[in-house]
Amino acid sequence: MSDSAALRVTPLNAVHRASGAKMVDFGGWDMPVQYSGIIDEHNTVRTAVGLFDVSHMGEIEIRGPQALNLVDHISSNWAAKLKIGQAHYSGLLYEHGGFVDDILVHKVADDHFFICVNASNQDKDYDHIVAQHAATGFDCTVENAGPKYAQLAIQGPKGPATLQKLTAVDLAPIKYYHFTDGIVCGIPARIARTGYTGEDGFEIYVAPEEAPRVWGEVLAAGAEFGIKPIGLGARNTLRLECKMALYGHEIDATLTPLEADLAWIVKFDKPAFVGREALLKQKEAGITRKLVGFEMVGRGIGRDGYEVRLNGEPAGWVTSGGPAPTLGKNIGLCYLPVAAAEPGQSIEIMVRNQPVEARTIPTPFYKRAK
Amino acid sequence: MYPETFRYTKEHEWVLVEGDTGTVGITDHAQKELGDIVYVDLPKLGIALAKGATFGSVESVKAVSDIYAPISGEVLETNSLLAAAPEKLNEDPHGAAWLVKIKLTDPSEIEQLMTVAEYQTYIGA
Repeated sequence: MSDSAALRVTPLNAVHRASGAKMVDFGGWDMPVQYSGIIDEHNTVRTAVGLFDVSHMGEIEIRGPQALNLVDHISSNWAAKLKIGQAHYSGLLYEHGGFVDDILVHKVADDHFFICVNASNQDKDYDHIVAQHAATGFDCTVENAGPKYAQLAIQGPKGPATLQKLTAVDLAPIKYYHFTDGIVCGIPARIARTGYTGEDGFEIYVAPEEAPRVWGEVLAAGAEFGIKPIGLGARNTLRLECKMALYGHEIDATLTPLEADLAWIVKFDKPAFVGREALLKQKEAGITRKLVGFEMVGRGIGRDGYEVRLNGEPAGWVTSGGPAPTLGKNIGLCYLPVAAAEPGQSIEIMVRNQPVEARTIPTPFYKRAK
Repeated sequence: MYPETFRYTKEHEWVLVEGDTGTVGITDHAQKELGDIVYVDLPKLGIALAKGATFGSVESVKAVSDIYAPISGEVLETNSLLAAAPEKLNEDPHGAAWLVKIKLTDPSEIEQLMTVAEYQTYIGA
């Protein structure tokens, strides 16, 4: 515990500790990795509803007459296509096409964009955006607004029913990747139908000082559905089954969206954005490596950083891997030479210096029934 | 919770010595720290283990952890239960989910391991 003084905490830290959650250092944040157990928590989200504290995530707000210009300059997706109350996933890229971060861009108003970014990247992201702002001179402001928001995720088939008990806002018309501002538990909240689990549900942004009360009210509202608090361990298994990228694993400064199988967030039709030239060049030349899913065939689990071999030769590496509780098998994502990055390829993963058979398979590994 | 008859290591293994045979497992504290255990890798029969050497691994959903031989000896038996039901390690780490039985080469090594009182102090139980 002596190191935890240096760690950053969310407004719910005391709540987690009081509830007996197992805490870990997650990118400099003191966060709950599990409460009841990763598999139990994972299954709770798939079948009922789970509550996550994701207040460590950062928020950057861009406001002003040319806010859209700046967003479309720094972001690889096309914010001009967003309607007010709509959000999309995007890349914050370097000139060379690698990721500064992956982000969620929300259009609050024509002159106001709200960007949700990764916890441990938020200061780097802010500095990057400020530098681009200075370079372009667009008429807008950039605010590093992380401390102004606590973020709770209410995820699972019973997520909407749980949240609906706490707000007069009709949640049913809010479509996936749309959001609205309204009152939840008596206080202003941003209510977004987004998530990192592959299930239905919402992410809400509230004032940090209200977070412990809201946390308690969500747990009480979801009790009839069997709600449980969920830690980062299950957050990771849930997102992996859906092949959602995690910065530092599937994506980082050395990897591009084209390599990471995220070409859909790169809008080449948009005339200019940071990274466009490099990515266009990469697209024309063809990528040499690509992210692909695999499942273990032999006994063993391919984990982050393990070497992947093709015909006995080193060919790539595992970015994320582990058991998939919903699927009952061991899965993962890896980078492979593009010719081998198709489903059905037999590969070997070096598990503790021993080759273990695996094969590439289609992704996402899991998709919920509509 | 922690049997008086066991001796314990700082890496959270236990050993029960009966005659010249030692039964080895991981402690309840270890299984709790690991969380849901999904895979156990154990050595082949007949392999000689040196005290303190890695002889296998236990994997939880999150991570893989080495297991170390608390005492030197030759592997006589491994627990076949764990291949099909690794979660038994979460349920009964001091009993049905033992890992290996070894024939001790130097039973006096046991004196270097922690007693139950020492181990409980060590983990703050």
